[in-house]
Parts: sequence; structure tokens; C-alpha cells
Amino acid sequence: MIFEYAPAPESRAIVDLRPSYGLFIDGEFVAGEDLHKTVNPATEEVLAEVVWAGGAEVDRAVRAARTAYEKVWGPMPGRDRAKYLFRIARLVQERSRELAVLESLDNGKPIRESRDVDLPLVAAHFFYYAGWADKLSHAGFGPDPKPLGVAAQVIPWNFPLLMLAWKIAPALAAGNTVVLKPAETTPLTALLFAEICQQADLPAGVVNIVTGAGDTGRALVEHPGVDKVAFTGSTEVGKAIARSVAGTRKKVTLELGGKAANIVFDDAPVDQAVEGIVNGIFFNQGHVCCAGSRLLVQESVAEQVLESLKRRMALLRVGDPLDKNTDIGAINSAEQLARIRELSDAGAAEGAQRWSPPCELPERGFWFAPTIFTGVTQAHRVAREEIFGPVLSVLTFRTPAEAVEKANNTPYGLSAGIWTDKGSRILWMADRLRAGVVWANTFNKFDPTSPFGGYKESGYGREGGRHGLEGYLDV
Amino acid sequence: MSERVAVRKTYKLFIGGKFPRSESGRSYLVQDSNVSLASRKDARDAVVAARAAVKGWAGATAYNRGQILYRVAEMLEGRREQFVALGVPADEVDAAIDRWVWYAGWSDKLPQVYGGANPVAGPYFNLSAPEPTGVVAVVAPASPALLGLVSVIAPAIVTGNTVVVAASPTQPLAAVTLAEVLATSDLPGGVVNILTGALTETVPTLAAHMDVNAIDLTGVGDAALAADLEVRAAENLKRVLRPAPADHDWHADPGVTRMTTLLETKTVWHPKGV
Repeated sequence: MIFEYAPAPESRAIVDLRPSYGLFIDGEFVAGEDLHKTVNPATEEVLAEVVWAGGAEVDRAVRAARTAYEKVWGPMPGRDRAKYLFRIARLVQERSRELAVLESLDNGKPIRESRDVDLPLVAAHFFYYAGWADKLSHAGFGPDPKPLGVAAQVIPWNFPLLMLAWKIAPALAAGNTVVLKPAETTPLTALLFAEICQQADLPAGVVNIVTGAGDTGRALVEHPGVDKVAFTGSTEVGKAIARSVAGTRKKVTLELGGKAANIVFDDAPVDQAVEGIVNGIFFNQGHVCCAGSRLLVQESVAEQVLESLKRRMALLRVGDPLDKNTDIGAINSAEQLARIRELSDAGAAEGAQRWSPPCELPERGFWFAPTIFTGVTQAHRVAREEIFGPVLSVLTFRTPAEAVEKANNTPYGLSAGIWTDKGSRILWMADRLRAGVVWANTFNKFDPTSPFGGYKESGYGREGGRHGLEGYLDV
Repeated sequence: MSERVAVRKTYKLFIGGKFPRSESGRSYLVQDSNVSLASRKDARDAVVAARAAVKGWAGATAYNRGQILYRVAEMLEGRREQFVALGVPADEVDAAIDRWVWYAGWSDKLPQVYGGANPVAGPYFNLSAPEPTGVVAVVAPASPALLGLVSVIAPAIVTGNTVVVAASPTQPLAAVTLAEVLATSDLPGGVVNILTGALTETVPTLAAHMDVNAIDLTGVGDAALAADLEVRAAENLKRVLRPAPADHDWHADPGVTRMTTLLETKTVWHPKGV
């Protein structure tokens, strides 16, 4: 007997979108000339128009941030900065449904994830760093650590509001002011956040939001008036930023790509491991820099694990992001869909075996069925390059040493997963994996108190926790 | 009775615990001595030696690394006259010895001060710990010749990194003599490698090297060269310590930034349950 789910769509009536949004500079929305549409990737319906900021507008935002830093936010006692951040945390909680629905509309991620993961973490992040604002002298960076000044922050489209929180909360707690550029395909929750800043009576110029694409980001990062650059995105752009700040005083933190190994040993409980594999690669459509995109499974259990994995994948529900039953939503953009297709085609052409469960995809919008490749070697592009989509490459190993060797055989080093019942093996493996976050018998867990960031070409600096303050202090 | 003819010293490179000449067979005259003029190939060889030493050194216990750094201080104390004879002021030698002692003590404390449990909102064990980034290229400052050198090497290696040091082209003798101290301090070969010669020859190779994890530009005085090196370092996203200001006080408390910049933080999660 097959039970069909009844549709359970979340209402979008809670979101009151304006047809057009300006830039948020010095506490006000400012109209601009260069208007671009942002679409719902699940339907290709136009949601609103936003401005792509040019050099003059970026300059205006940086100057507003400088003035706010010198006149208001810098001199303000930490306890008062804390109160503004607490206010923001509360407003995010109060408006969380509205923000979650808007995030799913603009990004394509399932409402279950924006509602249960993104938004609670956003509020928690502001709440956590709010408490640091008046305790910086106890943070282990000396008796009276100073802020840097104006922070230029450029964030990606995969967790738009969460990445905003990761950037803005520690920057403001440490006493900096910010100019933040959201991704061009997901600007809307950042603009709603700007309204929250107004609602919180945050002093003008402390937070400035400039929407736009790569040129806007470049103008912001290269602006001589910024003291700090924080970027989350591709390794390619991260390297360009590292080059562009060479010889300047700008402090930089980069959180970049990944190609994480999720390692399953023969003593792991198979059902739990399969849940972890699915969560590792299909959470957020695989648009996750720390996604477990390379499954390393011990040879002796490979067949059994793959069989269970395929059975589980056949139960994944792909479709309307606003439906509360949906597991996998829309791919964020046509451009990203093309990249996923290109790499997947390369995987098949290079000789790996491709498999997807039977899965009906909507006609409009950007969609990609959950996919696994077996028979993958370390030389295959699907094992080396970040796909940033719901595509898993499966490799096998025989010994723990071989697992470590294969896991570390990548220029990236953001995250890794280990599945085994043996405690000493977890610690032995964790010591040897060159990755900033190691999830043992779990995957894709995040918390504001827990530092996040990569080794090697996954970037440098940490976000979250006490460590996350360091990137925003002159230490 | 005729006066004894002194035995003069040949100053060579220090790579993988050995003292080879430059593979190029070149030397240059400086501080009244012929000193090896390292080539790009020497720089690459030094990186190979440094990489080979990472596993053992990073894997050594913090206690063991601390003991070895303290042993360096002991050996340096025994050779203080040798450095004074090279023209290093006596108080600078003292400060350099004390700096080894200061860093030796950090080996098993930094992970406690800069790591720890994180109170995540869920049933998880969550621990952050610092780890060495790997191979670090270091451009040593010209002055103070010994204290400056020790102040850039010790913070890099105490946490488990290995280093390739480009010694000051104008003050290389302190560096080569320090290598003799290191070679007799139970420091495993390859943990510290020292190149003498022209910075413009070896350092761009190190900055662009894909198997180097970080670069310390402290001793680069020329701002344009420093910017160029930082651009090269971006190719594999090396961690970068930018040049020290000209008026840097080497006798002041060094702080921890030199150590922490060359560290990675690893965070491990595990569920709690029965």
C-alpha cells in the first residue's frame, strides 16, 4: 500500500514584498538606477527588483559606515551595543516565519530547513554575540581589544540570512560597522533585515546593505576605506580577494569551498550512517560548502550501504520549497543548475556510474534530481571539484590509513565525517583529517558557539564562538 | 714558537638536519665570510625536507616539543660567546635565550588557552583544538640578527609547524650559527631549514610554492616586494603574517598572534547518547 502525502504548503501571505528595493545606506533605503529582477528559482516568477550598486554607491555606504564607526558605534559602551544586538535577535525571532518564507521564496530551499535550521540559527547567532559585546576584555585577546573599523562583507546565496548573521553579529559585537553585500540571486532577506535594523533603532550607518553582483563586491572589497574583508563563497573568488588585499592593512577572513569526505566504517550502524549521508549531501540541495560530497565507504560494507542509500533516496521528496513535506527544493539559479549538469555529465563521460531515484521534477524552475555516482576514482572530476549540488560521489577504502589518505587528497579542507562505533578510531581519524570541522556519527551540525572554517584552500579564519571575534578585533 | 693557524669555519645551508652547500655551487662574501648563495632549487629542496618532518613534529607530544625548545635554550646558553664574537650584543643573546624558554612553555598551554569545549545547544560533545598549519616559509628580519631570528622561528615551530627560513642576506652568520645550535638540540632534522643568500631569489619561490601552508613576511623591508609575495601566496591561500613595522620592539612581550596565525582550529562534534 502506498500512502501519498497531501500537499501542505506554507502560506506566502505573511510576506509583504515591495515591487522594488533600494540600497540600505546610512539608515535609509536609497533608490538606484541599475535595477535587476530577483526570481523565485522554483517557479522563475519575478519577486522584486533590486539595485546593483555601482562604485559611487559603494563609496557612499563605506563613508556612512566610517562616520557611524567614528561618531556612534565605536565610542558606544559595549553594554549598549549588546542591547541593540539583543533587540535584533528578538526581532528575528518575532518575524521568523516571515523571514523563513521569504528565504524559501528567494533561495528555493525547503521551508522545513529555512524554518527549522536557518532562522533559529540566525537568532541564536545574534543572541550569542550580543553577549560578547560587553565582555571583550575577557575574551582572551588582551585587556582592551579594539575593533578594526569598517568591515566589508560579501556573502553567498546558499544560506543568505544565516551568512548575514555570521558576518554582522560578531562584527557589531566587536565594535565595527559594516557594509554587507548579499548574493545577486538572494538579496531579499538581507533587505528585510535592513528593515529590522530600522525597527531596532540601530544607529544609522552601523549596518549598510548594498545589493549587486561581482562588480559591486569587488568595489566594496577593494575600497581603500575598509579595514576588514570577510568573504564566504568560492575558492576562486577567495583567491582573487587575497590578491587584491595584498600590501594593504586590511584584515581578511575567507570561508570558501569544500569537497568533504564522509567516511563510513564497517562497524557503523548502517541506517544511522545512511541518514547521515543523506543529510550530508542532500541538505539544502547540496548547496553547502561543507557538504559530505565524497562518500568513502569501507569496501566490505559498500554494497549494503549503497543498497540502503538508494532505498532511502527513493523516499526523498523533491518539489515545492514552501511545501512542509519537501526534502529537496529548487536549485538556486539557472547558472548553478548548468554547472551541476556540466559536472555530472563529466562524471558519466569519465566512466562513473550515475544513478538517481525515479523522480518527477516540476516543469518550471530550476531542478536537479538527487544523484549518486559509483565507481568513482580520485582522478574523476566529480571526486575533485566542488559541485555544490545534490550529487554524491562514492569511493571505497579498505584500511583507516587509506581512508585518511583519500579524505585528505584534496586542496580543500573544510569538513569531514566519520561513522564508526569505535571511539578510539574516531579520535585517531579526527587527529589525521585535515579539516576545520569533523562530524563524528553526525553531519552538518552548526552552532553559534562552535568555530567554523577551513584548512588549506577552504580559506582562513574562523566564524562562530570565541574564535569568531578574532577576525573583527585588532589583535 | 709560531702562532697557531686558526681553523676557519665554512658557512653552509641547513636543510633536513644536514649542512649542504648550495646545489648551485655559489657563495657570496658577507660579514668577511663566504656564505652559501641559495638557489630556487635549494628552496624547493628545503620545502621537501620541511614537509617530510611535519608528520613526526606535529605528531610529537606538546610536552616533547616543549622539552626540545627548552633544550635549544640550553644549547644557546652554552654558545653565547660564539654569538658575541659574531657581533651580537650580549644582552640580545640573553634575550634570545629567554625567548626560547618563553616559547618552550607555550607548547602545552596554547591548546588549552586557544581551544576548549563549546556549549552547543544540543546533545553533542563539541571540542575545538588548535593544530599546526604545516610548512611555514619565514623571512627573518635583518635586525636584531639573533633575537629577530629566534622570535620568528620559535613561535612557528612550538605548535608543530616546520619552517623554511630565508635568513637576512646582510646578517646570515647568526642564522647559520643558530643552525648549529638547533642541530645539537634533539630537534628532528627538517623542522627548521635555513637558506642564506638573496631574498629575491629564494622567497618568491617559497611564496608561490604549492606545498607551503603559510608565509611570514616579517623580514621583508621593501613594501612592493612584500605585496608581490602576498599576491603569490594567494595562489594556494597561504596564511600570511605581514611585514613588521620598522620600529617594532623585539624586546617587548611577543604576544600570541605569531603563533595563532600559523594555527588551524579543528572542531570535532559527537552526539551524546546511551
